[in-house]
Amino acid sequence: MATRIATVQRPKRDLEVQIYLWEVWKGLGVTFRHLFVNMGRHVLRSLGLGRVPGAVTIQYPEDPAMLGRRARTRHRLLKRADGSPRCTACLLCETICPAKCIRITAEDSPDVMVEKRAKTFDIDIGMCVFCGYCVEACPVDAIHMDSNEVEICSYTRKDMIWNIQELLGDKKKTPSAHPAPTHAASAPPKP
Amino acid sequence: MTADRIFTAVKVALALAFGMNIAGLLGWVERKQSAVMQDRIGANRASIFGLRLIGLFHPIADALKMMTKEDFVPKNANRLLHAAAPMIALGFGLLCLAALPFGGTVTVAGRLWSLQPIESSVGLLFVLAMLSLGVHGVVMAGYASGSNYGLLGGLRGAAQMISYEVCLASTLAAAAFLYGTLDLQQMVRWQGHSLGGWLPAWGIFLQPLGFVLFLTAGAAETKRAPFDVPEGESEIVGYHVEYSGMKFGMFLISDFIESIVIAGLIATIYLGGWQVPWVTTLDGISGGILMLISFTVKVLLVLFLLMQIRWTLPRFRFDQVLDLGWKNILPLALFNFLATVWAVYLWGGR
Repeated sequence: MATRIATVQRPKRDLEVQIYLWEVWKGLGVTFRHLFVNMGRHVLRSLGLGRVPGAVTIQYPEDPAMLGRRARTRHRLLKRADGSPRCTACLLCETICPAKCIRITAEDSPDVMVEKRAKTFDIDIGMCVFCGYCVEACPVDAIHMDSNEVEICSYTRKDMIWNIQELLGDKKKTPSAHPAPTHAASAPPKP
Repeated sequence: MTADRIFTAVKVALALAFGMNIAGLLGWVERKQSAVMQDRIGANRASIFGLRLIGLFHPIADALKMMTKEDFVPKNANRLLHAAAPMIALGFGLLCLAALPFGGTVTVAGRLWSLQPIESSVGLLFVLAMLSLGVHGVVMAGYASGSNYGLLGGLRGAAQMISYEVCLASTLAAAAFLYGTLDLQQMVRWQGHSLGGWLPAWGIFLQPLGFVLFLTAGAAETKRAPFDVPEGESEIVGYHVEYSGMKFGMFLISDFIESIVIAGLIATIYLGGWQVPWVTTLDGISGGILMLISFTVKVLLVLFLLMQIRWTLPRFRFDQVLDLGWKNILPLALFNFLATVWAVYLWGGR
């Protein structure tokens, strides 16, 4: 096995570097350039003239979150052309799920070619680790993680479970009302 | 002479207000300037009735937070010294401000009014003495909080600030020799004439080396980055690690006040103080206002530069700080002093 040796040259420390003042000046040049360029862009934008933003900051709650095209977000179930769910209740996603957050019960499908369909299909998003294995495992391309929704939250753990209608998009997920704050730990929130 | 005394008291109060207001503003500048130069936006969430004003309310929110926080004193801290330290750090810093010449003398309503709060023929020594006394606050804070990290920070602060006092004083010795006075007001007056008819005779043109040395030593004296080893929040949190609430806030403000004092000294000694370039006679109310504006603008510009340096350079190691002070700046400052003495001897002051 041939060993490859790469010689890394130490940066030269001549007088110009040692004096440090010139190096400080160069560093200040960089930061001053950024400062004035960004200031100019901010001023131009506030006057409604420029288009280039002066900062890379995304002010998240006001501006929408920028997700990559391949980001794994909240699951959704897909439908066939006739509107019936693609899911054949093969349980591959439930089996591969490392977080065990998918729960499917199967029933006979009226379509003899399909054999089975999901009677219930619940995903506990509160337990999901967004690994995307369910999408990869699905043989009929019934589940995707491309709803571009990441703001999933609720006041109760039960509300984090999405059922088949909600995952198909047939029914909008309506969270239950904020339970009244109870300081006594023993008193559970009223349903 | 009761009227004179009242006028002096008002001037001192105004000088303190100048310092405190600019210190509050610096809290905003620090956030915003660092944000803009790092392609960020910076704090802009504090709002009053939905009005944000590019984050200008954040210093107010800071102050409110500091005042309403718990004032915690550790069990094995010395309560008296623990409480006295921030007051000493801030108080002596503010005293320095009162000796700065914010303006010259103006004739209004048939009499002379000096715009310098404390008129003293040894103003420079007074400022240096007060700056050195401010070190006690740092040492005391580290010593009294009963924490090893605080003590380390205090020790570092003492070593650093005393070293750089020497550098500051020996740099200023050259300037004082050139101007032939220790009176800050006289120094500014001296810089009123022009060199060769067009260049204002500011210290920065006559003492360029001194200016660079003073800027460096001054930045070290304010113990802000790149010389923030006494605080060094990523290694030891520093001398104010055991402080909370407004006591911590006072340390924070005293840092800013020291920056303002250093910027004021630079403006006074090297940038011509309240002099407006190419304007020889300033008098009356408009002249006084022009003086104040000129001085304030110069102070703000130096603060802007100091802030930019603070956000550009990484922190020195502790031994590097002391090396820089004793082995580089001090010899150069002494050389500068000797060169100035020779120049004054050969070409006779003016």
